Amino acid sequence: MAADCKITARDVDVFYGDNHAIKNVSVDIDQNTVTAFIGPSGCGKSTFLRCLNRMNDTIEICRVTGDIVLDGQNIYDRDVDPVQLRARVGMVFQKPNPFPKSIFDNVAYGPRIHGLAGTKADLDQIVEQCLRRAAIWDEVKDRLDSPGTGLSGGQQQRLCIARAIATAPEVLLMDEPCSALDPIATAQIEELIDELRTSYSVVIVTHSMQQAARVSQQTAFFHLGELLEFGETTKIFTNPDHEKTQHYITGRYG
Amino acid sequence: MADAGIDMTALSAKHTAPESRSLLSRRHGAEWRLKLYGILAIAIAAAALILLVYTIVTKTFGVAYEYYVSLDVQMDLSERDMKRIEDPNPRLLPKLDKVVRNSMMEAAGGEFDRKTRRALSSLVSTDAGLELGGIAKADRDLIGGPYRYEALLDDQVQLYFKGDFGRLEDAGSEGPLELRKGTDPNQVEMVFASSSLGQMRLLMQERRSREAGNLRRTARDQERAFTETEAALADATTEAERTRLAEQLEVFRAARDDFNSRADALETEATDPQNTFELTSRDPSLLIRVNRGWIKVSSFGPDAMSGIVIDPPERLIAADEGDWTAFVLARPEASRKLNDRQVLWLENFEREGKIEKRLNERLLFQSDSSNAELAGIWGALVGSFWTMIVTFLLAFPIGVMASIYLEEFAPKNRLTNFIEVNINNLAAVPSIVFGLLGITVLISGVKLFGVELFDGLLKSVTEDPRSTPLAGGVVLALMSLPTIIIASRASIKAVPPSIRDAALGLGASRLQTATHHVLPLAMPGILTGSIIAMAQALGETAPLIIVGMNAFIQDPPGDPLDKANVLPSLIYLWNNQSERLFDGKTAMAITVLLVFLILMNALAVLLRKRFERRW
Repeated sequence: MAADCKITARDVDVFYGDNHAIKNVSVDIDQNTVTAFIGPSGCGKSTFLRCLNRMNDTIEICRVTGDIVLDGQNIYDRDVDPVQLRARVGMVFQKPNPFPKSIFDNVAYGPRIHGLAGTKADLDQIVEQCLRRAAIWDEVKDRLDSPGTGLSGGQQQRLCIARAIATAPEVLLMDEPCSALDPIATAQIEELIDELRTSYSVVIVTHSMQQAARVSQQTAFFHLGELLEFGETTKIFTNPDHEKTQHYITGRYG
Repeated sequence: MADAGIDMTALSAKHTAPESRSLLSRRHGAEWRLKLYGILAIAIAAAALILLVYTIVTKTFGVAYEYYVSLDVQMDLSERDMKRIEDPNPRLLPKLDKVVRNSMMEAAGGEFDRKTRRALSSLVSTDAGLELGGIAKADRDLIGGPYRYEALLDDQVQLYFKGDFGRLEDAGSEGPLELRKGTDPNQVEMVFASSSLGQMRLLMQERRSREAGNLRRTARDQERAFTETEAALADATTEAERTRLAEQLEVFRAARDDFNSRADALETEATDPQNTFELTSRDPSLLIRVNRGWIKVSSFGPDAMSGIVIDPPERLIAADEGDWTAFVLARPEASRKLNDRQVLWLENFEREGKIEKRLNERLLFQSDSSNAELAGIWGALVGSFWTMIVTFLLAFPIGVMASIYLEEFAPKNRLTNFIEVNINNLAAVPSIVFGLLGITVLISGVKLFGVELFDGLLKSVTEDPRSTPLAGGVVLALMSLPTIIIASRASIKAVPPSIRDAALGLGASRLQTATHHVLPLAMPGILTGSIIAMAQALGETAPLIIVGMNAFIQDPPGDPLDKANVLPSLIYLWNNQSERLFDGKTAMAITVLLVFLILMNALAVLLRKRFERRW
């Protein structure tokens, strides 16, 4: 088990109206670790992921109970501002969703609204740094003024990752970031995730077993809203405790 | 294995069976018919549109030009006259009218009695004197000297030159014409070759036999009444009734015989080649031009006629072939506003090159007037402008803010559902209802159970808010709000949620998400909807009439608190005017309104095309 715990979730239940979507889930997200959430469609992995930065707040009928603690602070406390929380817990979505603005403005938007850059030079540097970390700098450095929507799918997703890390988050949530991408772009993103682990806690939702096995150190298997199994990736993939996990991983179920 | 199921392979064979062909052709037939109906519907719509545009445009062309007469004016104005002219509210000055009248008489070449003078000076616009005063005021050096003044002609004259009464037509004069003094000094006897003026003769014969036909029809009605009464008389039982019916019978008989004899007389006139027609004011006018004078024919025989001198010929001698001309003005004097004398003055002016045709700029750049020839749309255009400014400034921000709140912030509950339903309902409320709302809330004030709640909201801004662009603008803003809200909400809804997720995921607040991302993306759609709502408001009449924006106002408003008129209500006003010239002016105002509407819609389309985004 890696050193310190970044996020601790205890007894989390999520309801969509009358629908009990997440049942009593407890997970620890460690510092500098990639945690993968796997499970069949509709099992609640994305829902749970969105609880970690309170994106579910935007869904009116959604109700969350239980404790999710980030650095000793329950994020569902009354005095936690979701706006600030989302700056600390960044998110990359399934479908690349750059703003219909220039590449530069896409990355600079977060630092701007949070007041991270004091000067224009600082902002330029942040943008360059984030684009470099997202491994897209070389492809876009000559056209920072062209619209982000003009890039290819893989480039767009890397741009979104650059945009997410530009707000200097501590945790990065990724909701199936490669599902819309081809194998080459996927490989690039996976490499990137591995690299990002040095500075962030990364949580990734994926449908690809191979991807989970490749990039993650910890894996959580969700089934029908319940967390069936959680542990080190090597253990889950080689010697799962639960029969259903075994079936899902080997493709006999799902 | 073979349970109660249907054998699907047997069904497959049906596709190639002959019955399927007829089914197929029926299906194709239905499709073809639907296509035909569609094309037919489009053709009807297109034909209606073409007809509309054609009528409006042709009528508009009718007023594209206006006619002036150039007069040599002697500016005899004293210092005292000038003082009166320079009064801030100059009235129609008799002196100026006299100046214009004198120049008219000079142009017409003669001294006339009072009545004729009046007929002559009514050929120019009523405001000619006033305008001349303005010219004198602007350039005092002109006073005392001669001045070439282009006077706008009266509306009836404008119509005459546009050909609304028909123009003089050659009646076919052949051979020589012999002139003789008549018994009356103003009368002339004329003898001409019998081959001449055949056309006029034919025209008169036709008219007479048509009149005779009308009389015969009336006589037949009397005849029918007569026979019916006769039958009733035979059935009558009481003595009193018999007497009454006998009296009626006598009346019908007399009427029948009277109509028949009048028809007989007319028919004789029409068929008799030797007949002399007496020309009344209900007959076409026959006008003879000879030796530079004009004679109006009063009776007209096969080879002789007599007439009244309108413009004296130089010499009463015989004119050879080609030296005299006969003209017919087919529309009788009684059914036009210009009499023969006035027509002849105008014809003379035109012959002398005094009539000038100019592009009608007045129509665009002058404001309303009770004189048809002076009226223009400028005041209404400015009024519409101010009204639209008020409408836009109120409706756009309120509409956009309401739709942002409803789409991005409002919780989805019964209350917001109720509001949403009612906004949609509001869009369907007849516009005149908004006018009533405007007059009670904005102008008259609201009284509830005898308690005065408030006294006209706009009265705190202006003493009398009636007829102001402010009142009209507020009413139109209320009317266009639902349209703007619906359009704005639709285009805000069309912004993909992924953009909102992206912004929220970066830690943007909801307001930042809305203003930085959603609103800019929705703006083209919002603007398109707003422009269309504005175009709708621009063409709106009913609510504005209720808040008094159909008043007759001669000056363009300087600001939204001035009394004003708007384009559609000006159209409504002009359409109710009896002067024929207003017909064309109304069409012109409609054209201007349509041009603005088309421009606004084109702008909306352009915005949509220019900023259209694909996700």
